[in-house]
Amino acid sequence: MLDRHQFLEKRALVLTVAILVVVAIGGVVEIAPLFYLESTIEKVKGVRPYSPLELAGRNIYIREGCYVCHSQMIRPLRDEVERYGHYSLAAESMYDHPFQWGSKRSGPDLARVGGKYSDAWHQQHMINPRSVVPESIMPPYAYLNNADLSYDDAQAWLVANRRVGVPYTDEMIEKAVADIRTQLDPFADDFDGFMERYPKAQVRDFDGDPRRVTEMDALIAYLQILGTMVDFSTYEPEENYR
Amino acid sequence: MADTGSSEKEIDDVSGVETTGHEWDGLKELNNPLPRWWVYLFYATIVWSVVYWVFMPAWPGISGHTKGVRNHSERQNVDMAIAALDAERGERMKRLLTVSAIDEVEADPQLLQYALEAGESLFGDNCATCHGAGGQGFVGYPSLVDDAWLWGGRFDDIKTTLRHGIRSTDPNARFNMMQAYGRDGVLSRDEIEDLVEHVVTISGGEANAEAAARGAETFAVQCSSCHGENGEGLKDLGAPNLTDAIWLYGGDRDAIRTTLYEGRGGVMPAWGERLGEEEITALAVYVHALGGGER
Repeated sequence: MLDRHQFLEKRALVLTVAILVVVAIGGVVEIAPLFYLESTIEKVKGVRPYSPLELAGRNIYIREGCYVCHSQMIRPLRDEVERYGHYSLAAESMYDHPFQWGSKRSGPDLARVGGKYSDAWHQQHMINPRSVVPESIMPPYAYLNNADLSYDDAQAWLVANRRVGVPYTDEMIEKAVADIRTQLDPFADDFDGFMERYPKAQVRDFDGDPRRVTEMDALIAYLQILGTMVDFSTYEPEENYR
Repeated sequence: MADTGSSEKEIDDVSGVETTGHEWDGLKELNNPLPRWWVYLFYATIVWSVVYWVFMPAWPGISGHTKGVRNHSERQNVDMAIAALDAERGERMKRLLTVSAIDEVEADPQLLQYALEAGESLFGDNCATCHGAGGQGFVGYPSLVDDAWLWGGRFDDIKTTLRHGIRSTDPNARFNMMQAYGRDGVLSRDEIEDLVEHVVTISGGEANAEAAARGAETFAVQCSSCHGENGEGLKDLGAPNLTDAIWLYGGDRDAIRTTLYEGRGGVMPAWGERLGEEEITALAVYVHALGGGER
C-alpha cells in the first residue's frame, strides 16, 4: 500500500488530480445537498428581492465593512431569541449575494434592526454614535450624510443579482433608477406600482433632506427593512426543525 | 510515510533513530514517529465521528438528512427553552396582562418588583439606545426621569405611546406636526425672530420686550391652538409646555429658531408589533416609576 503511494507522490499531475478528487468529495457531500434538498430554505411568505434603494444601502453596508462588527444572524439560542427576536431563517437571506451573516459581534446583531429605531436616530447615530450611545465604540460615518448616492447604474445592480438567481423582473430592472426616487417620496406618481413591486417597502425621505438622494438615505432604507419581510404567521416551526 | 521501498532499515549512528532513507546532498532525514498519545487521540476522533453519525444529524441524503437516534434539533431546543422560560415567568406575566391600573401593580409588592425588573431589562435593550441607560434622554429624545410629559405620563398614556409609537408606521400612532414655519414660508424671518423672543420670555429668559410683544401676537395666531394660549402645552395633542424651561431640542435662541424654521418631528417606533402586551405593561410600570409617573 505504502509502496503504491509512490505512484502518486512522484507524479505531480496525478497527485494534483487525486487531491482535487478527494477535496471534491468533501464538497459534494457538504455543499451539493444544499442545492437540491428542499428543506434548505424554509417555505415562508414575504421575502422579496431588495428594492433598488435598499440594494444601494446594502452595497454601502458592504463597502463600509459593517459586517466586520455586526452580524445578521440570530442563532437559535434562548438568549438571542429573547434579545433580538425570532431566530434567523435561511429564507431571509436567500436573496443576499453575498449573505451578511458575519461572524463577529463587536456591535449588536442587526438581523431584525428594521423598525427598531427611528430614521433620525440612525442618522444621528451614524454621524456621531456617541451622541446617542455614550459607551459605543462604533466609528462615525458622518460623510454618508453628505455623499450623494450614485445610482445611474442601478439597473446593472439588479441585472447582476438576477444573474445569480434573484427574481428581479424586467419591469423592476427597467424602473430601477426611477424606483430609487420613488422610495424617497410618498407622493411620487408611481407609488402604488412601487409598492406592488416591493411590498412592505418603507417609503419616505430617510435622512430628513428631501432635496438630495444621499448614501445615508440608502443605508437607512436598508437597515429599516432588515428582518421585517417574513410573514411569521405562515411559518411552521415544527416542519422546519433541524 | 514516504517509504522508498527498500526493505533494509538504516539506523542513524548519532541518534540511533531509523532514517527515512531519503538523502539530499548527504543529509538524511530521521524517521521519528508521531507521539503515541497524539496518534491514539487521532484514532479516537475517528471513532467519535462514527458515534456522532449514529446519535446526531449527520449525512445528507436524497430528500433529507440522517436525523440520528437522538433526533436532535437546535430549533426545537430553543422553542422548548423559550417555552420553559414562559412557564417559569408564566403566572406573573399573565397577571401583568390583566392589570389595568398602576395601583393594582403597586398593591402587590412582589408583582411590582417583578414588573420593575422585567421592565428594566427590556428598557436596557430596547429603549436605552435613544432615551439613555437611565432614561435621562438626549437632545431630541425626551428624558423619562422628570415629570414633564409630551403625551401624558399616566400609566395608560405610557402604554399607548409604547404600543403605537409616535409618528411611527403604526396607523394608530400618536401624531402631531410642528410645522416648518420658516422653510415652508408661513412666517417671515422677522416674525420668527420676534417669536423667538416671545418664547424665551415665557420660558423665563430675558428677552427684548418690544420684539417679544410683537411675537406674542404671532403666537396667539399661529401657536396657541396647540401650545395653549400661554404656551403651557397640551398633552392630548402632544404639544410641549414652553414655559417650564425643559427643552427637547434645546432652549437657546439658535435651537428655538431652528425649531421654528425647520419644524420638528421625532419618531418613536411602535413596540406593539415587536413586544408582547405583558412586556409593554412591564415597561410602562418601569417608566412610570422612573420619576414622573402621573396618576
